[in-house]
Amino acid sequence: MTKHRLFWPAAVLVAMLLANLFFTPDFFAVHTKEGHLYGSLIDILHFGAPLILVSLGMTLVIATGGIDLSVGSTVAIAGALACLYISEASDPGSVSTVLVAVALALAVALVLGAVNGLLVSRIGVQPIVATLILMVAGRGVAQLITDGQIITITSDPYRLIGGGYWLTVPFSVLLAGAMVGLTLLLTRSTALGLLLESVGGNPVASRLVGIRAHRLTTLVYVASAVCAAVAGLMISSNVSAADGNNAGLWIELDAILAVVIGGTSLNGGRFSIGGTVLGALVIQTLSTTVYTIGIPPETTLVFKAAVVITVCLIQSPQFRAKATRRRTTAPGGQQPKPASADLKVGT
Amino acid sequence: MNTTLAAKLRGQVPLLVTSVLLVAMFSVGSVQYEGFFSGQVLLNLLIDNAFLLVVAVGMTFVILTGGIDLSVGAVVALSTMVSAWLVEKHHWPILVVIPLVLAIGTGLGWAMGWVVHTFEIQPFIVTLAGMFLARGLCYTISVESVSITDPSYTAMAQTRIPLPGGTFLSPSAVIAVLVAAAAFLVLHHTRFGRNVYALGGSEQSALLMGLPVARTRITVYAISGFCSALGGVLLTFYMLSGYGLHAVGLELDAIAAVVIGGTLLTGGSGYLVGTVLGVAVLGLIQTVISFQGTLSSWWTRIVIGALLFLFIVLQRLITARRPT
Amino acid sequence: MQQPVLEVRGLRKEFPGVLALDGVDFRLFPGEVHALMGENGAGKSTLIKVLTGVHPADGGQVTMAGRPLRITGPLQAQQAGISTVYQEVNLCPNLSVAENLFIGREPRRRGLIHWSELRRRAEASVAGLDLDIDVTARLDSFSIAVQQLVAIARAVDVEAKVLVLDEPTSSLDRDEVVQLFTVMRRLRERGVAILFVSHFLDQVYEICDRMTILRNGRLEGEYLTRDISQVQLVSRMIGSELADLKSLAAESHRETAQPEYSSPFLVAEKLGRRGAIEPYDLTMRPGEVVGLAGLLGSGRTEAARLLFGADQADSGTVRVNGHATALRGPRAAIGHGIAFCSENRKAEGLVGELTVRENIVLALQASRGWLRPLSRTAQDEFALRWIRALDIRPGDPEALVRNLSGGNQQKVLLARWLITDPKLLILDEPTRGIDIGAKAEIQKLVAGLAEKGMSVLFISAELEEVLRLSHKIGVLRDHRVVAQLANDGSLTPEHIMETIASGARR
Repeated sequence: MTKHRLFWPAAVLVAMLLANLFFTPDFFAVHTKEGHLYGSLIDILHFGAPLILVSLGMTLVIATGGIDLSVGSTVAIAGALACLYISEASDPGSVSTVLVAVALALAVALVLGAVNGLLVSRIGVQPIVATLILMVAGRGVAQLITDGQIITITSDPYRLIGGGYWLTVPFSVLLAGAMVGLTLLLTRSTALGLLLESVGGNPVASRLVGIRAHRLTTLVYVASAVCAAVAGLMISSNVSAADGNNAGLWIELDAILAVVIGGTSLNGGRFSIGGTVLGALVIQTLSTTVYTIGIPPETTLVFKAAVVITVCLIQSPQFRAKATRRRTTAPGGQQPKPASADLKVGT
Repeated sequence: MNTTLAAKLRGQVPLLVTSVLLVAMFSVGSVQYEGFFSGQVLLNLLIDNAFLLVVAVGMTFVILTGGIDLSVGAVVALSTMVSAWLVEKHHWPILVVIPLVLAIGTGLGWAMGWVVHTFEIQPFIVTLAGMFLARGLCYTISVESVSITDPSYTAMAQTRIPLPGGTFLSPSAVIAVLVAAAAFLVLHHTRFGRNVYALGGSEQSALLMGLPVARTRITVYAISGFCSALGGVLLTFYMLSGYGLHAVGLELDAIAAVVIGGTLLTGGSGYLVGTVLGVAVLGLIQTVISFQGTLSSWWTRIVIGALLFLFIVLQRLITARRPT
Repeated sequence: MQQPVLEVRGLRKEFPGVLALDGVDFRLFPGEVHALMGENGAGKSTLIKVLTGVHPADGGQVTMAGRPLRITGPLQAQQAGISTVYQEVNLCPNLSVAENLFIGREPRRRGLIHWSELRRRAEASVAGLDLDIDVTARLDSFSIAVQQLVAIARAVDVEAKVLVLDEPTSSLDRDEVVQLFTVMRRLRERGVAILFVSHFLDQVYEICDRMTILRNGRLEGEYLTRDISQVQLVSRMIGSELADLKSLAAESHRETAQPEYSSPFLVAEKLGRRGAIEPYDLTMRPGEVVGLAGLLGSGRTEAARLLFGADQADSGTVRVNGHATALRGPRAAIGHGIAFCSENRKAEGLVGELTVRENIVLALQASRGWLRPLSRTAQDEFALRWIRALDIRPGDPEALVRNLSGGNQQKVLLARWLITDPKLLILDEPTRGIDIGAKAEIQKLVAGLAEKGMSVLFISAELEEVLRLSHKIGVLRDHRVVAQLANDGSLTPEHIMETIASGARR
């Protein structure tokens, strides 16, 4: 059972939840108040929804062997645009205003994602560099949109996206769930997932079987930006305000972390959406736990550092080779020396 | 010989563009705004960006090998925090605190370099972990900002070194200039420096030519760690406080300065002078925006982003056209 | 006879599962150019890598000028006097010529690099090879040939007693080769021992005094160049005595009638690519197997890649079913019903971390596009049918492809293309590195496919195999199709070998 790819992320999540039970005995309690579900578990899902979304897009990008550092900026831009539009509208409370605002934010995200994707696939810029541009400039753009202020709005339909309830459950959880479901459907019920994994796993072979890798690469960056935009709407909706400076700050790092915890390798190839969702929940639970235990919340960073290093070491073939070599002293347990295997000289 | 001359020039294009940009910005500023054209405005560029210059110098070493160091901002913050905490809460003397802080930064950098090299994990993810770690450590010391009242620190903050023409420099600025000069000497005139370029040009060739690849790679991260810690010390002089939220996003500024300075992010090509010019461009953007008065500070980010875009696309065009 | 400068006895090197060098003896005399010959997998690269310190040896002794030598790394090998120039220039393209010559041992003054001294020495060094270049210019501003010469200058400047040249000529044109040979002769006069690896037989005969032939990790023999004919050389490399080949050929030629009457599926005219393959003509008819024979590096793969659009041709035309088409990429070729199994299964064929099933359906799925997925049932059906048909083991469609043996990986690759129902199947070394049973199965399969009307371009280093399967054989040598022979029953491996060796058209 430990062989299953979701085992480890799931085990970590369960262990962390159980640890909470130790500090707060009623941690698992979920009650209804005024037709809404309340409780720590619901909180984790609710506050984790934006991260799940961003990680979802990040998973697809990482599957192709890329990375998207610009999602945090996209979160800020989307929230800022939507809030600006609503605040300037004559009727901020109407559904049509909110729908236009959402459409506007998503349209801009499409453009931003396409720019990233084209930089990577057509111009051939390394993904980390290409998306760094928007990561730097995007914050400025978001602040430009909000004019450096925090735009507060009062709009009930908008509030629903990130802060409202629907059928007793936080709407954001449903929305995140729907998008996860949609992505699962798109990648696993079509051939998209297979083709993405092929491009990430072996780009040369993928070209030789006739996969249109450029197009797929562009597509995943667009998907990532759209996911980030929806997350941005959620975050701004939850607080009914847009903060160009702090909305989505560091979320790209958390998202990368979630993907890695979920068992998707940063080198691309096989990806696991279920793993990513678990990974995102692990990170959210970590934040919640630290908060409930009463450790200064900022120190979660130290735990995250430990998690990043551990997960990466486990994924590193060199580390595994060293660890197994040390353990197996019996003859026959020898591994080929990695350093020399890396030298590809001549024929 | 025409082709080689053209090739030589092509390598200099980003540097030339940066220089032209710098002169243009300064000229436009001088024409547009009163009091812009003065020696002190230029010197203030150096004073206000001393810590950025030091950090960008360290980043230059790493990027020249084809790596990247995302931890620099966090290490700067950690250095301010450790300094403030030891000086204020424990009353350690400045002469003990500063070497200790520098040692911590160097050690962190060394450790990251070791992990990058030994386990062949992408530098970006290793230094990301380093960034989490350093920021987190800040908060384990104190979540609040710790301000410094120690006289030796305030002296460093307030000292003005007079220069001819009624202008002046701060000690930090002098340190930054010395660091840049030393780095220039190391990069362009020592074997280690040339090994850095060789590693960035082709790791495999460097190995086959018998160069000390492992030592070089680990050392550049140690240098970057040292520079970040020194940048932290300078920032402590400047801010007179230690805080976990100091220097947020500094890694982006440092990377931007290096790239705008014409260093290729793929490694192996670039000049330290370029990084100095890159820092000057970033500083000048801020100066122009503050002189302009009506433009808000976020325009800095947007302009930096636009310049990054320009330079990265320029880099691609140059490398794509190089004969193979 | 004088004492060898470098002598190797009983050298052994094992990689997991492969004995790459099995007790190889080898000697190199000062002032000679010595060719190291052998087909792919013979152990040439391994021998070179052991001598240059890239791989440690597992057994055997190396003596240098009579004294035992333990080679521990590239730097130490250089210090011992063994310098190497690899096929892909292993210098730093971003540094100047002068720096490339002296990096790691730059002259210094007061701890800093003495740039003017460095430049002076560099100029002297390149002048010693009759090279007139600006040593302060970046290395990558020069042609590959010049870069190669700079690499040689670096190699001999470290007081090299032994200079290893690993396929230095593979990307040089004729004039550049002449320039290189001039330099090599000059070094030979200086007493440097040169170990020369090349796939170009003409070049070997032009420059080399002596040669050592390896086959399957073992020493086949050492000969003076003037004592061994090209035909003998080729037969020793391939490993069949001529007599054996003759008897084999008698029973092996194809019995099926030539399908000449049908209209051609594909016609290539003057198709070529500079530096890869000289323009060649090729006609492929339905039901026809065309073999490409030639030594490794003769341009077999390069010729095939042009037909698939994997590389762009820079001359010539291709007509498919009578219509002129530009094969702009693999996707276009696949659209015309062309399939290509690369010789490099790992790097260019399979996606190791995907399953057997996924690898099998990949090409078909790619051509359908992502919106028209093959149902899981259809995928399983394809996978299971071909696992059974080709006897892929393990028979589990969900096994990861990277865990399969070479032969089974090859079958997966074949299955991938067969389910796309191609009109033309290009097989590049489909039987290399796989066991004899699987080999026979694949040969049978190819014959069967052709009988059902498929065109097959079959590339192999094994002449028997090519003869057994092909109706027509294109013979390649030195990146040129030198002959197209009809396999009419009179053709023998000996003929092909002679054609390869002489390069003459029959």
